[in-house]
Amino acid sequence: MTRSIFAGRYFWATVFMISCIGLLLAACTREVVKEVPVEVPVEAPVEVVVEREVVREVPVRDVVEIEVVREVPKEVVVEREADPGKLVVYSGRSETLVDSIIQQFAEATGIKVEVRYANTGQLAATLLEEGGNSPADLFFAQDPGGLGAVESMLANLPSEIMKQVPEWARSPNSKWVGISGRARTVVYNSEKLAEADLPDDMFGFTDPAWKNRIGWAPTNASFQTMVTAMRSEWGEERTREWLEGIQANNPKVYPKNTPQVAAAASGEIDVAFVNHYYLFRFLAEEGEDFPARNYHPRAGGPGSIVMVAGSGILSSAENRENAEKFLQFMLSPVAQQYFAAQTFEYPLVEGVKTQHVLVALESILKPDFTAGDLTDLAGTQALLQDVGVLP
Amino acid sequence: MAAPVLKLIGPALRRVGFISGPSPVLWVPAVVISLLLLLSPAYLVIRSLGAGQEFWDVLLRWRVLELLLRTVFLVGTVTLASVVIALPLAWLTVRSDLPLARALGVIVSLPLVIPSYVAAFAYVVALGPRGMLQGWLEDLIGLERLPDINGFFGAALTLTLLSYPYLMLTIRASLQRLDPGLEEASRGLGYRWRTTFLRVSTPLLRPAITAGGLLVALYTLSDFGAVSLLRYETFTYAIFVQYESAISRTLGAAFSLSLVALAIAFLVLEYVARGKSRYYRVDQGVARPAQRVSLGKWKWPAFGFCCLVALFSMALPIGVLVYWVVRGVAAGEPLLLLWRATGNSLLVSALAAVVALVAAFPIAALAVRHPGPLSSLLERITYVGFALPGIAVALGLVFFGANFARFLYQDLSLLIFAYLVLFLPAAVGTIRASVLQVNPRVEDAARSLGRTPPQVFASITLPLVKPGLLSGAAIVFLLTMKELPATLILRPTGFPTLATSIWSAASEAFFAQAAAPALLLILASSVPLAFLMLRERR
Repeated sequence: MTRSIFAGRYFWATVFMISCIGLLLAACTREVVKEVPVEVPVEAPVEVVVEREVVREVPVRDVVEIEVVREVPKEVVVEREADPGKLVVYSGRSETLVDSIIQQFAEATGIKVEVRYANTGQLAATLLEEGGNSPADLFFAQDPGGLGAVESMLANLPSEIMKQVPEWARSPNSKWVGISGRARTVVYNSEKLAEADLPDDMFGFTDPAWKNRIGWAPTNASFQTMVTAMRSEWGEERTREWLEGIQANNPKVYPKNTPQVAAAASGEIDVAFVNHYYLFRFLAEEGEDFPARNYHPRAGGPGSIVMVAGSGILSSAENRENAEKFLQFMLSPVAQQYFAAQTFEYPLVEGVKTQHVLVALESILKPDFTAGDLTDLAGTQALLQDVGVLP
Repeated sequence: MAAPVLKLIGPALRRVGFISGPSPVLWVPAVVISLLLLLSPAYLVIRSLGAGQEFWDVLLRWRVLELLLRTVFLVGTVTLASVVIALPLAWLTVRSDLPLARALGVIVSLPLVIPSYVAAFAYVVALGPRGMLQGWLEDLIGLERLPDINGFFGAALTLTLLSYPYLMLTIRASLQRLDPGLEEASRGLGYRWRTTFLRVSTPLLRPAITAGGLLVALYTLSDFGAVSLLRYETFTYAIFVQYESAISRTLGAAFSLSLVALAIAFLVLEYVARGKSRYYRVDQGVARPAQRVSLGKWKWPAFGFCCLVALFSMALPIGVLVYWVVRGVAAGEPLLLLWRATGNSLLVSALAAVVALVAAFPIAALAVRHPGPLSSLLERITYVGFALPGIAVALGLVFFGANFARFLYQDLSLLIFAYLVLFLPAAVGTIRASVLQVNPRVEDAARSLGRTPPQVFASITLPLVKPGLLSGAAIVFLLTMKELPATLILRPTGFPTLATSIWSAASEAFFAQAAAPALLLILASSVPLAFLMLRERR
């Protein structure tokens, strides 16, 4: 009786098959579209930005990009060897962000690049477990903390690589080099607040007026790096005071940056402490009326430090030469331009232009830190656990 | 899908000598598998010993006690709530004249395929204080803020809606094999069907309920996605924090060992609760399908209950995903449907399901047919891995693989083994519950009529335990489809799966790009599950 309506046992099977076929057809048409832009470093997110921005900018940018693209094949002819060999990269940077630039490197040099993508901290833990038996040649980390954790496993880098980036963006021990810059910032709901409503520096957020309005992500590596900067700049006591002050304001705890930006825009919170580029990805996906904006504290201080995503070569690397080529490529104008245009990060090599939607690096009042000052994650975590911010 | 799989492993099972007493063919594989499973806890002990005094400094804090209580509270709530949802759902869809019972039975099992990190995010988006629901209500009645679902309530809700199907599937498998004679006797003695259900059926289902409840409890214990997105701190949350940001392997290991201790406590609890009764028919008679009970005026309220569960557990998360995909496509984003990732996901999940069945059978068979200290110890050992977070298991295998078995490291085989460590109990539990219902005398009768033990196994035992085998395989398959942390670390280089594709897009806030593989994962897992459930003829 109950089976009368769906008497055929294949009814649902048929429904699923039909929907599968439907999706398959949809995909076939779509995937072709996806294949096309791979050759050219201009992909969907940028096009959206360009379209949205003032039209007069467009011709200029196009010319720049085309010139850059042409440089690649010339390099290839010189560097390609009979058997270029391979390179094993452990990447804590996301596949969606770096895959296409790594593919460009592979195409340009002929090197067979194998990339493992995972969270930076997990890859660092993996490297430590693997020890000298690690298959990895190179570690491409999201933050200096991850590189600091495995520093004892890294080889010294040649100075012609190190000197390409400013001193603040590289390891003081020549163990790793910054590839792109990322600024700490305060994201705020732009419907409820104007920039003028925000305090001059991070300490202002301990004011009880901010009770129940703040979001933070204490487990996030970038957040912890900012706290490390606070300890350097303010000292332990004042940093502890800041942490307790924010705790007293009952902040909402988020697992990472992205949901904080979303929550600030939806009005679930008013402000959140994040990295600068997440906002621009939301703007690209949601459009200009996405109600959140970035604020770089006008008095500077640890709330507006600029950190780096960087890379180091393992001492046990079997393909050291290829790993060095990889670093050279990542610091070349092509790759630096890619990070500026595609991931909205700050290029670190001189002469490469920052994305025009970003606040110029020079106008951020960043404290006088070098990347080496920001690797003491252990001390920061001890403090965070002591205050009760971390479990 | 399951039938060919069964044909494949049939010959292997036949050789096991299931019928002929405790033979080495059964003991040896069971012992070897259990020893291999102990590698993960062994790694945790090695790492914790490295910590020395720090180990005790970390564990003996009030904060740890607080985490412990929060975890136990969450696990208890989710397990109880799951029983409350799963028991009536299983009974209604198998034994009553509920409208569309078969279709509903399939639909309410499907939440099994939704990864907790996807569902939790969907709930936040839909039901959060300023989420979609609030947006509609604001337009309608000017409501500015919904009560916050973050924290305990949201985490418990999400985990219950995602994990009750483990219980429901084990109860259904058991219900379908249940001898209707006892219930008929109860009805014949004048009891109404409700009394019969509570006083006859439910006690008969005890092994299934405790086995399923244990799965739910251990799943909740090891889940990270829901508790981190909904901001409820548990032990597993603390472990992930150690590995993800703190990069302290020793503390992570110390916390993981505490989790193992907690899991052992649950195992003991289940061991006590399961009891030692027999659950097969001993007198003469023929097993046959039970009559469906007429619900009468309760028909539509029961139907409404099933629909409500389906709405919250299935329709809502899928609706949010579809919304994202549609919006992304409308905004001109390329719709990524990743065939390679889908193929890889299906491949590893099918392999894991087959391997888990083969590995689980000797252990479950020993535990039922040759009960004793050793066989129950072997069975219990399999459960430890299920409680461990994927990352702890994965790093243990990284350690052993990279340093002692280089040829296996970053190979598919080690990844499949990790799934075995993590998910074997799902298979052992369901197989055990169905082996329990096979009367050994039927097998003895076949033996006395001249069949050899392998023949008896193939023609009597296997058909009788088939529902349990299939649902065990299905659960392992689905768990593997959505597993993320171990897959990320142990997969062969350049081996994308659907779960890693979702992670990759979601970690950089490309929601439209994350929604497509998430939908694909749900669809690809639903097809085999739906086929399996529609094959149940009874």
